[in-house]
Amino acid sequence: MALRRDWVYENNGGSALNLPISFPFQFIDTTCVAIAGSDYCVIAADTRLSVGYSIYTRDYSKICKLAEKCVMATSGFQGDMKALQKNLAARHLIYQHQHNKQISCPAMAQLLSNTLYYKRFFPYYTFNILGGLDNDGKGCVFTYDAVGSYERVGYSAQGSGAGLIIPVLDNQLKSPSPLLLPAKDAVTPLSEVEAVDLVKDVFASATERDIYTGDKVEIVVINASGIRRELMELRKD
Amino acid sequence: MFRNQYDTDVTTWSPAGRLFQVEYAMEAVKQGAAAVGLRSTSHVVLATVNKAASDLSSHQRKVFKIDDHIGVAIAGLTADGRVLSRYLRNECINHAFVYESPLPVSRLVVRLADKAQVCTQRSWKRPFGVGLLVAGLDETGAHLYYNCPSGNYFEYQAFAIGSRSQAAKTFLERRFESFNSYSRDELIKDALFAIKETLQGEKLTSSICTVAIVGSGEPFHMIDQKTLQEMIDAMEIKEDSAADEAPMQDEDKSTEAAPMDI
Repeated sequence: MALRRDWVYENNGGSALNLPISFPFQFIDTTCVAIAGSDYCVIAADTRLSVGYSIYTRDYSKICKLAEKCVMATSGFQGDMKALQKNLAARHLIYQHQHNKQISCPAMAQLLSNTLYYKRFFPYYTFNILGGLDNDGKGCVFTYDAVGSYERVGYSAQGSGAGLIIPVLDNQLKSPSPLLLPAKDAVTPLSEVEAVDLVKDVFASATERDIYTGDKVEIVVINASGIRRELMELRKD
Repeated sequence: MFRNQYDTDVTTWSPAGRLFQVEYAMEAVKQGAAAVGLRSTSHVVLATVNKAASDLSSHQRKVFKIDDHIGVAIAGLTADGRVLSRYLRNECINHAFVYESPLPVSRLVVRLADKAQVCTQRSWKRPFGVGLLVAGLDETGAHLYYNCPSGNYFEYQAFAIGSRSQAAKTFLERRFESFNSYSRDELIKDALFAIKETLQGEKLTSSICTVAIVGSGEPFHMIDQKTLQEMIDAMEIKEDSAADEAPMQDEDKSTEAAPMDI
């Protein structure tokens, strides 16, 4: 059983101070990935919830459907994730009452950015990826930092496994480099089936080397016919 | 109701113990276009007559969705109704955020009534000039409430408000005892009949009325025009003879001057 002392050390990043107060965040690690295609969007996240060297649960969903064509995956402190999801869901209800329609993905992207920056001086400790279809039916992915800086990209990964995954996506997705100037639309020319297969491969590889990634990966695909969800088993160690 | 020296502001009592401004606000409700509500054990139906300011303009919106399980129909000052609907929606969203469950209808109407009461006890405010029929479904079943500008609220099996609502009330009074066993479609049919009573001769078409329903397994929604017209046509074919017997009563207003007439 973990002693209270050890928990405090862990939370202070191993410092020698024995603080009587709790740190307001927990360093939970996970991995999220999203890929935008010409008429689809794939969002995936593993289902392991771990803190330090412990696994809290193997079956925790980090993906949330915010609107008809808009899904969010979050890595970071899951308490803040839940609060953020509830906040956005309530804001979406208000939007629907005022505008009589579902919010579009780019509009939700701006709303998420504003919501995050609103707490600039006590942030939501979340690293989000928003995925969906834009007003023209094209896939779109928006990637965020903890305080709301965001950018529309063709693909993105967040969390502990991001460093292992992004180079692979850069290589395999055959999209124009996001670092080019003038900026070229980085949506991948791959088909939906190829993109989903790539996501599965990439998670399997990240699971091998990253202790915080594993158990299962939840893959959500949004296209013109709606939203589809599938689960794939990963290594449990 | 004649003008008198006790009706200038809402914080003045009359010697007879009446607040005239509040009563005048209730008059505003009686002037609005009709709205009816009916309740069975599993469904609640709201129906309203849509008055258009002229042939060129669009119809007034008198039915508002508040949440998946609650909707309101209004009669009176529609602007006041819109503002109150926004308040009700906010209350539902906040409750669902904190408690992860839908706000019970009885609690919502109490908050609305308290908000209305505030406006009857402040010298710098005026009472809301709108009556609301609140239809909702919660754990305790289906409910229909009527909220007055005075801050009172009552639960009803069926009710009608607005101009010429007396005709609809008479129709409902004859039938309400069997409402609890009505099916969803029978309830809608009777709501349409009730609305027909208030039209007093004018033809009932789906373009001048709005019907909304909420029930178990059915979130609050307005019935689309096409389905509504089909129901009206089916109704017309087998015209209820009882409907013809409904007495055509005029509102008892001819003996009294309108509130603001001197």
